[in-house]
Amino acid sequence: MSAEFEILAIAVVTAVAAALPGTYLVLRRTAMVSDAISHAILPGIVVAFFLTHDLNSPLLLLAAAATGVLTVVLIEALVRSRLVPEDASIGLVFPALFSIGVILISRGASGVHLDTDAVLLGELAFAPFHRLTVAGVDLGPAALWSMGAILAVNAVLILLAWKELKLATVDAGLAALLGFHPLVIHYGLMSMVSVTAVGAFDAVGSILVVALMIAPPATAYLLAERLGSMIGLAVAIAAAGAALGWAAALALDVSIAGSIATACGLVFAVAFLTAPERGLLAQVRRRSGQRLDFAVRLLLVHLLHHEGTPEAAEECRESGLHRHLGWRESWTRRVVAKARQRALVDRRGGLVLPTDAGRHLGDHAVIGFSD
Amino acid sequence: MQDRRFALEVEDLTVAYSDQPVLWDIDLTVPAGDKMAIVGPNGAGKSTLIKAAMGLVPSVAGEVRVFGRPFAKGRGEIAYVPQRSSLEWDFPTDVLDVVTMGTYGSLGWFRRPGAAERRRAQAALEVVAMEAFERRPIAQLSGGQQQRVLLARALVQEAPILMLDEPFQGVDAPTERAIAAVLDRLSDEGKTVIVVHHDLQTVPEYFDSVLLLNVRAIESGPVADVFTEDNLRLTFGGRVGVLAQLAAAETGG
Repeated sequence: MSAEFEILAIAVVTAVAAALPGTYLVLRRTAMVSDAISHAILPGIVVAFFLTHDLNSPLLLLAAAATGVLTVVLIEALVRSRLVPEDASIGLVFPALFSIGVILISRGASGVHLDTDAVLLGELAFAPFHRLTVAGVDLGPAALWSMGAILAVNAVLILLAWKELKLATVDAGLAALLGFHPLVIHYGLMSMVSVTAVGAFDAVGSILVVALMIAPPATAYLLAERLGSMIGLAVAIAAAGAALGWAAALALDVSIAGSIATACGLVFAVAFLTAPERGLLAQVRRRSGQRLDFAVRLLLVHLLHHEGTPEAAEECRESGLHRHLGWRESWTRRVVAKARQRALVDRRGGLVLPTDAGRHLGDHAVIGFSD
Repeated sequence: MQDRRFALEVEDLTVAYSDQPVLWDIDLTVPAGDKMAIVGPNGAGKSTLIKAAMGLVPSVAGEVRVFGRPFAKGRGEIAYVPQRSSLEWDFPTDVLDVVTMGTYGSLGWFRRPGAAERRRAQAALEVVAMEAFERRPIAQLSGGQQQRVLLARALVQEAPILMLDEPFQGVDAPTERAIAAVLDRLSDEGKTVIVVHHDLQTVPEYFDSVLLLNVRAIESGPVADVFTEDNLRLTFGGRVGVLAQLAAAETGG
């Protein structure tokens, strides 16, 4: 495998591993917790590094996970004090922990790989240089193995605790009543987020890992009606975003991590606009459809009201309708066209007259209004 | 021998938020098979009482027994219909899936529901006349439909005790009738039904007994004995006026 394709593989595996816990963060409305955790795990990593002097030690992973859970505990303790609202609690806790990490790095780790740029932005381009070698045999980039392992653990945990995670997310009260300890599930999920963040840290840095955790699931949320399809879509979108960003970065010679995060953001923007049910355009179309529908009924009520009366010749004349209804002429034309298209009205001798179907709907509309 | 005469016994239950008591030394005995309304003004602690009885809200003092056993052992005998807002209705799933969640307690950790559990959920949906909606995403339900789904989810648990938190709040008239009919049916089957209720006028029609609550338990017992103008005045202060007279007229007091 060439270095480029190793980078692609690492990027795809990292994005997919992040999208799995990210789906639950989006559904639990705690997306910003991923931001907090991905920053706050830094002091854990630094302290573990000082102890082991080995960037690839599994102790780093454990220390980061513990710091991640500590972050959540601190945030929740502040919220429970009822003195600080939740968003402010997040904003207080993670910069505090993150800055401790930054200070520790500047004091003790200068000169090693653990510099602040790498922490913030990651450097995917260098990832293939760290190889996993066992007994002298090169097994590929270490990052691919560590992220692959994290992906496998995430997938197994989510499949195993599928119903528990779902129940605790939909209704934590029922989960508690049925003995499923929603707090255990909550901290389990937060540990998963922490471990994934520290794994992804090397590849994409602590800021962009948030993009990978949130953008693909948030996109999938706009498209899916079932949890299974949402996770499937989130995984597919994450992989596609990683591949797209990788290809763009190669073509344009820019930061791979930045390019991947941008690709994920663009995919979200497309879904946000064009999702068939929940997209912005669909909503605008639906709303204007409802408006037109209502106007057609109003038109029918007006026509029925004057049908067979002496003033019908005036009130139902097509050219005068807009004045009687107080509508713009162009809008009136659209409404009449829609009503004709639905065979609710006929045009005869310059008059607009309801058909039988139109009469039925108009009568119905009046009954509807009066009750 | 387990004593099954009393579905729920609450003794000296006190709940406080910081140092502000929300429930003060509540004693309550609900006989098995009773159909009881919990009634009181806003902030009286009605919802808190049933949540605390189920351990969903921590209590400062007191004891709860379910059919004579400590709550921890009897929790499986209670099904709970929470207020509608406690569910995440934007979650991507359908009606049948939510109702099936009522079976999770009988499955335990990690076992997935199968065909048998789905059949139980479908049967419960029929009871609340929602069987045509089983594939409907929950985000598309009206308030009344949401309430029926929550009731069906509790029915699936097949528990001898049902606790409902404001099931008639903000629902349409057909849903109110449907829920009242289901409660009647449960009562006829010998189940114990405890409902946090806000509409004084319907208390005599829907319930056999009533707890009047305002931080303290003012009075509890059969509607005919307890649901009197004097007791309502004690519970609600001077604000009951007309409603109290209505209630008194209904119970013939």
